[in-house]
Amino acid sequence: MATSTPIDFKKVAIDVVVAALMALIVFGPIVGVVLDGYSFNLQPSRVAWMVLAVMVGRGVLSVFLQTPRGAAMLHGLESGGAGVHVRQPDYKSRLRWIIPLLIVVALVFPVFASKYLLVVVIGGLIYVLLGLGLNIVVGLAGLLDLGYVAFYAIGAYGLALGYQYLGLGFWSAIPLAAIAAALAGCILGFPVLRMHGDYLAIVTLGFGEIIRLVLNNWLDFTGGPNGVPVPSPTFLGLEFGRRAKDGGVPIHEFFGFEYNANAKFIFLYAVLFLIVLLVLYVKHRLTRMPVGRAWEALREDEIACRAMGLNHVLVKLSAFTLGASTAGIAGVFFASYQGFVNPTSFTFFESALILAIVVLGGMGSTVGVVIAAFVLSTAPELLRSFADYRVLLFGMLMVLMMIWRPRGLIRVSRTGVALRKGVAP
Amino acid sequence: MSTPILEFKDVDVFYGPIQALRKVSLHIAPGETVSLIGSNGAGKSTLLMSIFGQPRAAAGQILYQGTDITRKTPHYIAANGIAQSPEGRRVFPDMSVEENLLMGTIPIGDKHASQDMQRMFELFPRLKERRNQRAMTMSGGEQQMLAIARALMSRPKLLLLDEPSLGLAPIVVKQIFATLRELAQTGMTIFLVEQNANHALKLSDRAYVMVNGQIRMAGTGKELLANDEVRNAYLGGH
Repeated sequence: MATSTPIDFKKVAIDVVVAALMALIVFGPIVGVVLDGYSFNLQPSRVAWMVLAVMVGRGVLSVFLQTPRGAAMLHGLESGGAGVHVRQPDYKSRLRWIIPLLIVVALVFPVFASKYLLVVVIGGLIYVLLGLGLNIVVGLAGLLDLGYVAFYAIGAYGLALGYQYLGLGFWSAIPLAAIAAALAGCILGFPVLRMHGDYLAIVTLGFGEIIRLVLNNWLDFTGGPNGVPVPSPTFLGLEFGRRAKDGGVPIHEFFGFEYNANAKFIFLYAVLFLIVLLVLYVKHRLTRMPVGRAWEALREDEIACRAMGLNHVLVKLSAFTLGASTAGIAGVFFASYQGFVNPTSFTFFESALILAIVVLGGMGSTVGVVIAAFVLSTAPELLRSFADYRVLLFGMLMVLMMIWRPRGLIRVSRTGVALRKGVAP
Repeated sequence: MSTPILEFKDVDVFYGPIQALRKVSLHIAPGETVSLIGSNGAGKSTLLMSIFGQPRAAAGQILYQGTDITRKTPHYIAANGIAQSPEGRRVFPDMSVEENLLMGTIPIGDKHASQDMQRMFELFPRLKERRNQRAMTMSGGEQQMLAIARALMSRPKLLLLDEPSLGLAPIVVKQIFATLRELAQTGMTIFLVEQNANHALKLSDRAYVMVNGQIRMAGTGKELLANDEVRNAYLGGH
């Protein structure tokens, strides 16, 4: 590549004009027209500033991309894509240094963190769990599920209603919610076994809405839009409040330490962190087991799977149930850290967000999903001051990702198979 | 005559109102190489898929080693020793050669995986060179070899091949058929569905000719190669 290619200003000019037109179309109605009671206020100067900013930005970008460094960067970004990368079986990931480090950071973190930070991170971890669960269904098995939030709701309401009607606590709710969500996954899974792609997406979307509408409208049982209170979690039957209800002993008195208002969140954080680690490990193992390979095979070519005599019923249902049970567990944590659940937490937007986590992270990629879950769930917190433009930023992030990283943040790479008895090289 | 490994008795198959197979009867003895030739849309692939119950036979019986498998599930059939290399190869594009081969062991579990994989690499040396390469990056012929090897990974007693020559260059077709001949000599029972009648008939012990969902003719490969009707219809009439 010639280092001193002259910059093609005609191309830059065209880019700038096209960007300006697009900015005009996008921002014109949004920024330029302000509703004032029943009349409109036209504010052309605001639009002009926006368009000018876009033009300058696009111009700088165009010029930069024509310099050798820019071209190199563009090339690097574009060639990241194409499919799954298969590593040598004996490949050792750099992750094995990073993981212990992360675990240490995670262990030390709650000692220094404020309550606000703890809550944000717990939220992040819940989305990690959701992302990992949906990653099995969408990323590995290739079944587009737009109603994933239903299983999340089942987990959350499982704890809330289980406490109200059956007196279940946090600990018993975790396995039971996982089982309830898995059963719901099975119930959804059976009718959709024959469906693919768009049809599957519509049915699962419907399923998600059905669950939400039932929760919203079955006033006698679920409390409808008023929601249900959720009990605080306990540890060995000890409560985290300053004073225990019903004459129990609160945890700080039992162990004799100073009362700490963060204790409940530190506890939730610790349990959640362990569960995330467990799920990560299980997923890591699953992708190396025949069922994991079968999921990926089903995603790649269903007809070939059937021709090979793969039991596709079992394979699809296992993906649905495993994905659903993960969401059920996430739901229990969500409910107990909120202390209250109502149906507005389980709208379609939530499903879309979880799907965005999986897509942005890279379908099937575990590390990518973990990163994307943290970014997408904590970004709204960092962007509090732009609260009104949150969704706009979100959309821009998506568009940029789809242009430069169509296969997700982290390219899916699979370690090649290592057989039990060595195959001659 | 010993029990045939596979037998069709008056099998009818329908796609909705359309009848694809009409009273098809055929049999394959253990160790034989049998091919089924016919033009496009004659029902060859339907016949092959109906062994796996997709689509199911509406009437008649399909017997495998004397047992009726007409109503069995595909995974039952695969686990009991029938494997197929489907039409159009259908290897898993994003998986490496080794992973594709491992997928083939799913009906029987991966106890013998490394040993069998070794055997496949001897049969198809080309696959060994490409063992860590993704299947989508290989040529059509290599993919076809992979599809056949994948089918063999489940240690089948009966190997079904649907158009292994589809879309391949003549020289590659020749290679594939040479390997199939090698495979047949090891005692593998092969049921081959082909449009490339010339190659198929030369390879086969016996063959059936299918026209409009019916078996029109049967005979040894040599007989059919010499038959005028077959020559005119399927061998370009020279």
